[in-house]
Amino acid sequence: MAELAEAGHAVAEHGAEQTVQEYIQHHLSFLTYGRNPIDGHWGIAHTPEEAAEMGFWAIHVDTLGWSIVLGAAFLLFFRYIGKRATAGTPNGIQNFVESIFEFVEARVSEGFVHKNPYIGPLALTIFVWVLLMNTMDIIPVDWFTGLATLIGEYVFGLEHMSFKIVPTTDVNITMGMSVSIFALILYYSVKMKGLGGFLSELAFHPFGKWMLPFNLIIELPTLFAKPISLGLRLFGNLYAGELLFLLIASMLGLFQLPAHFLWAGFHLLVIPLQAFVFMMLTIVYLNAAHESHDH
Amino acid sequence: MSFNLTFIGQSIAFFFFWWFCAKYVWPLFMNIMEERRQKIADGLEAAARAQKDLELAQAKSTDQLKVAKVEAAGIIDLANKRGSQIVDEAKDQAKEEAKRIIAGAQAEIEQEVNRAKEALRTQVSAIAIAGAEKILEGSIDQAANEDMLNKLASEL
Repeated sequence: MAELAEAGHAVAEHGAEQTVQEYIQHHLSFLTYGRNPIDGHWGIAHTPEEAAEMGFWAIHVDTLGWSIVLGAAFLLFFRYIGKRATAGTPNGIQNFVESIFEFVEARVSEGFVHKNPYIGPLALTIFVWVLLMNTMDIIPVDWFTGLATLIGEYVFGLEHMSFKIVPTTDVNITMGMSVSIFALILYYSVKMKGLGGFLSELAFHPFGKWMLPFNLIIELPTLFAKPISLGLRLFGNLYAGELLFLLIASMLGLFQLPAHFLWAGFHLLVIPLQAFVFMMLTIVYLNAAHESHDH
Repeated sequence: MSFNLTFIGQSIAFFFFWWFCAKYVWPLFMNIMEERRQKIADGLEAAARAQKDLELAQAKSTDQLKVAKVEAAGIIDLANKRGSQIVDEAKDQAKEEAKRIIAGAQAEIEQEVNRAKEALRTQVSAIAIAGAEKILEGSIDQAANEDMLNKLASEL
């Protein structure tokens, strides 16, 4: 209901000041801390334009902050439960955590056939972390953002301060993870096959050494498509979901409540699915990286 | 869609969380699972062992029962033998006792007869003397005839 009130407030009362376009832009901007390109000072960007001018030397305090908070919360919670857990009959919360662990562990032992004790923790980290980041999308769009805007206005004197709470709607966040995974793919490929083995896999597959240019044309895009598709798939799904919530909140007026529920219902399927897909693809990619085609 | 330091920050966070998970979270649950697997295996093994023990104990008890039965049969036999022996002994004793009693009774009867004879003899001699006194009408010296009368009495 607060969400309804917020949106109503945004559209009805300030309708004259804030158009739908402004409302959506406000919600799609980040709380950016960076270096002002003109005077070289570090500080919070006051407008989206200012944030854009900062270029690379800027950091999205909101999405990265939430990402770290959620990741840390997940790991500390799991560690707390793991510390208290016993091998006897597990109680409620231990059962819950163990079922997540067993779910991930089963996916890893199915999908990853080589021996590497670090893939399990990697899959668990990715799955739960991404799941939590995606789940932030269910929180009504104006709750945190509205609160943060008020705090920004009355405490820090920032007008229309943006505050995004869904880290996976930030392409920096999703690509940060997928490129890290890409680095792992390269690392394990070289480690398992040797540099020569890895390069020959790129150059001499699938058509043998006389078709080397064609092989490279096929293999290199395949290789680089992995991190890009991995990161953009997650970003795209969550960004689209977020955008639709914003459209519903800004354009449907009082009818938004059932629409929110309906879309949230659909989105509840997308949230775990995308986390699962991200984890599964990581497992599959790393499994392929460990595979050596000896011939 | 602009890349900035957030990208680097997220990558650092990613590697840090991965490391933390691999070092401080994953092994906890791995150990619990392994421990539980071990516990279940132990439990199953213990159950199998208990089953085996039960079978052994049953076999042992059957054996012991057999031995006990044989022993009991022996004891009953012995008891029966001893019983009949005691009865026999008692019979023998009773027979002897009866013989003794009969012998005692016979001796007593003999004694009684002798006494009666003695008494008769005395009375007969007194009657004879009285008769003779009556016949002779005279006084016969009692002392002079005593020997003769005693001789007579012993002959009776």
